[in-house]
Amino acid sequence: MRYERPETLKDASDLLSNEEGLSRILAGGTDVLVQLKSEMVEPDLIVDLKHIGGMRSISSEAGGYRIGAAVSGAQLGEDDGVRAMWPGVVEGLELIGSTQVQGRATMVGNLCNGSPAADSVPGLVAADATVRIHGVNGVRECSILDIPVGPGRTSLAKGDIITSVFLPARAPNASDAYLRFIPRTEMDIAVAAAGVSLELDGDGVCTNARVALGAVAPTVLLVEEAGAALVGTRLGTDSLDALVKATEAACTPITDKRGTVEFRTRTAGVLAKRAAKIAYARAGGKS
Amino acid sequence: MKNLHISTTVNGDEKEFICGSDETLLDVLRDRLDLTGAKEGCGTGDCGACSVTLNGRLVCSCLVLGAEADGAEIETIEGMAVGDNLHVLQRVFIEKAALQCGVCTPGILVATRALLERNPDPSDTEIRYWLAGNLCRCTGYDKIVKAVQIAAAEMRSA
Amino acid sequence: MALDSDAQRDFKIVGTRVTRPDGVDKVTGKARYGADISAPGMLHGRILRSPHAHARILSIDTTGAMALKGVKAIVTSADLSRPEDNFFADIGDNCLANEKALYDGHAVAAVAATDKATAKAALRLIKVDYEVLPHVTDVDAAMAPDAPVVHEGRADETVAEGYSQNVTSHFEFGHGDLEAGFAKADKIIERSFKTAATHQGYIEPHACLASLGADGRGELWCCTQGQFNVRTMCAELLGIQASQLRVTASEIGGGFGGKTTVFIEPVALALSRKAGKPVKITMSRDEVFRATGPTISSSMDVKIGMTSDGRITAGKANLRYQGGAYPNGTVEFGAQSAFAAYDLAAVQTLGWNVMTNRPKEAAYRAPGAPVAIYAIESVVDELCQNFGLDPLDVRIKNAARKGTLSSYGPTFNDIGLVATLEAAKAHPHYSAPLGVNQGRGLSCGFWFNFGGNTSVSLHLNSDGTIGVVEGNPDIGGSRASISMMAAEELGISYDKVRTVITDTNSIGFNDVTDGSRVTFAVGLATIKAARAAIKEMCSRVAKIWGIDEEAVIWEDGAAKPSGPNAGDFDPMTLADIAAVADNTGGPIAGHHEGNADGAGVSFGVHLVDLEVDPETGMTTVLRYTVFQDAGKAVHPDYVEGQMQGGAVQGIGWALNEEYIYGEDGRLQNPGFLDYRVPVASDLPPIETVILEIPNPGHPYGVRGVGETPIVPPLAAISNAVSRATGVRMAELPMSPPRILKATSAKV
Repeated sequence: MRYERPETLKDASDLLSNEEGLSRILAGGTDVLVQLKSEMVEPDLIVDLKHIGGMRSISSEAGGYRIGAAVSGAQLGEDDGVRAMWPGVVEGLELIGSTQVQGRATMVGNLCNGSPAADSVPGLVAADATVRIHGVNGVRECSILDIPVGPGRTSLAKGDIITSVFLPARAPNASDAYLRFIPRTEMDIAVAAAGVSLELDGDGVCTNARVALGAVAPTVLLVEEAGAALVGTRLGTDSLDALVKATEAACTPITDKRGTVEFRTRTAGVLAKRAAKIAYARAGGKS
Repeated sequence: MKNLHISTTVNGDEKEFICGSDETLLDVLRDRLDLTGAKEGCGTGDCGACSVTLNGRLVCSCLVLGAEADGAEIETIEGMAVGDNLHVLQRVFIEKAALQCGVCTPGILVATRALLERNPDPSDTEIRYWLAGNLCRCTGYDKIVKAVQIAAAEMRSA
Repeated sequence: MALDSDAQRDFKIVGTRVTRPDGVDKVTGKARYGADISAPGMLHGRILRSPHAHARILSIDTTGAMALKGVKAIVTSADLSRPEDNFFADIGDNCLANEKALYDGHAVAAVAATDKATAKAALRLIKVDYEVLPHVTDVDAAMAPDAPVVHEGRADETVAEGYSQNVTSHFEFGHGDLEAGFAKADKIIERSFKTAATHQGYIEPHACLASLGADGRGELWCCTQGQFNVRTMCAELLGIQASQLRVTASEIGGGFGGKTTVFIEPVALALSRKAGKPVKITMSRDEVFRATGPTISSSMDVKIGMTSDGRITAGKANLRYQGGAYPNGTVEFGAQSAFAAYDLAAVQTLGWNVMTNRPKEAAYRAPGAPVAIYAIESVVDELCQNFGLDPLDVRIKNAARKGTLSSYGPTFNDIGLVATLEAAKAHPHYSAPLGVNQGRGLSCGFWFNFGGNTSVSLHLNSDGTIGVVEGNPDIGGSRASISMMAAEELGISYDKVRTVITDTNSIGFNDVTDGSRVTFAVGLATIKAARAAIKEMCSRVAKIWGIDEEAVIWEDGAAKPSGPNAGDFDPMTLADIAAVADNTGGPIAGHHEGNADGAGVSFGVHLVDLEVDPETGMTTVLRYTVFQDAGKAVHPDYVEGQMQGGAVQGIGWALNEEYIYGEDGRLQNPGFLDYRVPVASDLPPIETVILEIPNPGHPYGVRGVGETPIVPPLAAISNAVSRATGVRMAELPMSPPRILKATSAKV
């Protein structure tokens, strides 16, 4: 195994595209190092992105924020601007692992690991965030939703490097929330998860809602029907019931060591409802 | 496998070492630098026994490559006491019986010091969540949380 | 040695909260644990493990691996002796599989190489030809006559016909007329329970450094609860003399019973002998879970009858424990302890030990008792609910006390159960209000405690200080307790004593640190050693004063004339006597070797409040109080620490910890990510109330305290969940999916 720490994106992309064997991109390393330890994956090349300019910065852009691919959970959590605008996105990343893992783990790494249970992804999907990809053929923007294609698999091509995440600007009465279910209070992989982003009008009526679910399908899901159940409402009982129904209907989970089909489905509905209420309160809505 | 030549700073001292590209920072500390205070309890970031700080950030050294230490500043349990003066946390952990077997203790002390540097007056809940990644199987955490509160109060009044 | 007549003696040091002697090393990273040592020329060992739950090993081809540069030795079971005694033979087979791999993770071969990377590469070059066999991992399935058989011909004569050969032994305890007892009941409840296997979960993986020469002389450094036990087992398995193998125990990073046997130590010795170099082996966490000591899993049926005023009329339990791939005896402890808290006219417990394709069970804190008492205490609680009776009142009414014929045979001496129950009843926790979706649960707990073989030496230094040498690894502060008892007995200050734990060649035999025995038995031996030293000191002083030895007494750390008739002499302190020892006959020491009995049993009661989220089945523990009879608490901080740590391990057992096996018989959660031990944020403070009912079998009244605290949490939590949800739970762990399923079925 070779370890490389390029200083430009071009060098990084060239290293990756020229490698004939297995390569892994290293940002926070909290998945890659675990894979190395388990000896399930033995890459020939590791490319460390952290010494490329911009990878560890958070900057304002078009009223929103651009977050470098190597920004850790701890760093993001210390950014008051992002936290105020997208609290659900921040809490999604901050829920991953321990304080120690937060010192390293990144949103982009979490996304590229391709887990349907990735904690930071439902919040990003609900936020309608995009990623910027530096590829062999240039730079492109892509919806978060288009990156994961199945458990452990992404749509990225050889030499593609996600360099940043973009969180768009928000209307005044808007917020988001992310909740996941784990059997302990910390240190577990989500058994079911929900991210909800809402926009309200001046009267507290929901004008736009995006509901994303984790750990209940092969990839993180955007459930349009669940969002639609909230639009035009003040999140009263009927709309929340409709949200729960739409959420449960969208779930196609598996039974495994962490949870059953029934448990995941039911819990996803509960979490979507609870996250919606939190997002509504954060957006200034009064129920 | 090509070995790497790494220059780093550990507990304020400049260190150089040779390591394989797949060696973790924990491997390097223990096997190359003879700093065995950080322990491998799991090797997968789930137990916190290998906690160190890397450029001021609390990390699991088992989830960092040794190669990543190049040019970095690392603090380990071995750097916590100054000469023969124990850090307040170290002294209070002994006085208040906040350890039994002691194998998780270096990681918990490193993690706790990082907490108190950021938050000198944490609630019990904040201590418990900050330390959620530091498993202790002996104490049930009760005396650890109490010791951290006592040490924090002493540090605030110092 | 019975309790000193002055049971109410005024302790000066015992009962205080002194600092431990190993504290500074442990907070600075200096303390040396199993993996923290190396030797010149050391090789790195690694172990190849079976990927199959059950497979015949047809052949092992090591030629490719041996050809790899840097590989110095490879061993298989052929490199270990095959002791005739089944106990040792099973341990050897577990260290390196002989004819069959018996579980996922079973060691098959091992390699020693010049570095870790080479050892890892070599493992992949070892070719093992397996014939995969049908497997069984569930206890009930393993008992069925047509189950795959783990070992043929290992059932003993206690097993009736009609069972699978996996059933290896049967136990029966009790007394009285069950039929008559049940006939007197106003209500009989019968329930069946299942519990999952759990792991001790010590944070330090097993590690050792071995060096064994062709001359049969060896050195072994390892993390263990008992270096003498390691020596005995390794000498058997390597075919060497015990005297030639010096075993030194490292600092130990948790054990809880799981480090009372050997796994890697004989393998490292065999590799070292073959390679002619020291070999170090450290287990990964994955190996720890797959191949070291989980506890039993169980299936149990309980039937208890009660009158409407809360008197238990009869109790019966059938306990079925699987203990992994070899015969084990754990159900005996479960069957003995199940009803220990009760004074019953009619009681019967039957137990069956069963083999499965799982790792060989190792002891875990009060082995066998937690699950049996969980089942009993669940049914008692349900009966209390049925009659609307206070669960503490019912337990007090039926409690075992001094003179009770216990359910397992002996008649109890002074025991603290009633005092413990009354303390719980009087505690503000018991009357605190509960909120919506909250429940309060309680359970009694019990453990026998143990004494055992113990050797202690105590010597005076010329500066008036004391060295105590003992042979039991300090797993939770025992060096402090032993030093305290030595200082107390000698009448000197704590800081004048240093207790060290020595190797197998430097003191007589000691049983393992287990059975909550160390503070009791090593303490007892230390007190006796101190008394021997006092006798010698008095004899030296008698010589100096020119009076009879009987005319010198020891008081407050000094020799004094026994009275006016003995003469008028200034007292001589220990330091005075030590300073002139050269002139009075040479070095002064005291020692004691013996097999201690009189370990008093220990009872505890745990009280828990918790809340269950009705929408997700998530349980949050809100308040937890431990009440326990500790006998005399030598160091209260470490007694509390045992009570708190045991309680939290029990909470983990009740709520989330479990070995999960797939259809393929492989362990699905061999890591701390999915084997969920409690983390700090899962827990409230663990309050403790120590009761000190002196143990008549110890001069200071000391009882073991370490194991009892893991017993009550299982039922206490289950009873609280059942009361919070209105659904009686009968399976552990009560993970959220299980609770949600149970509560959903209710509606």
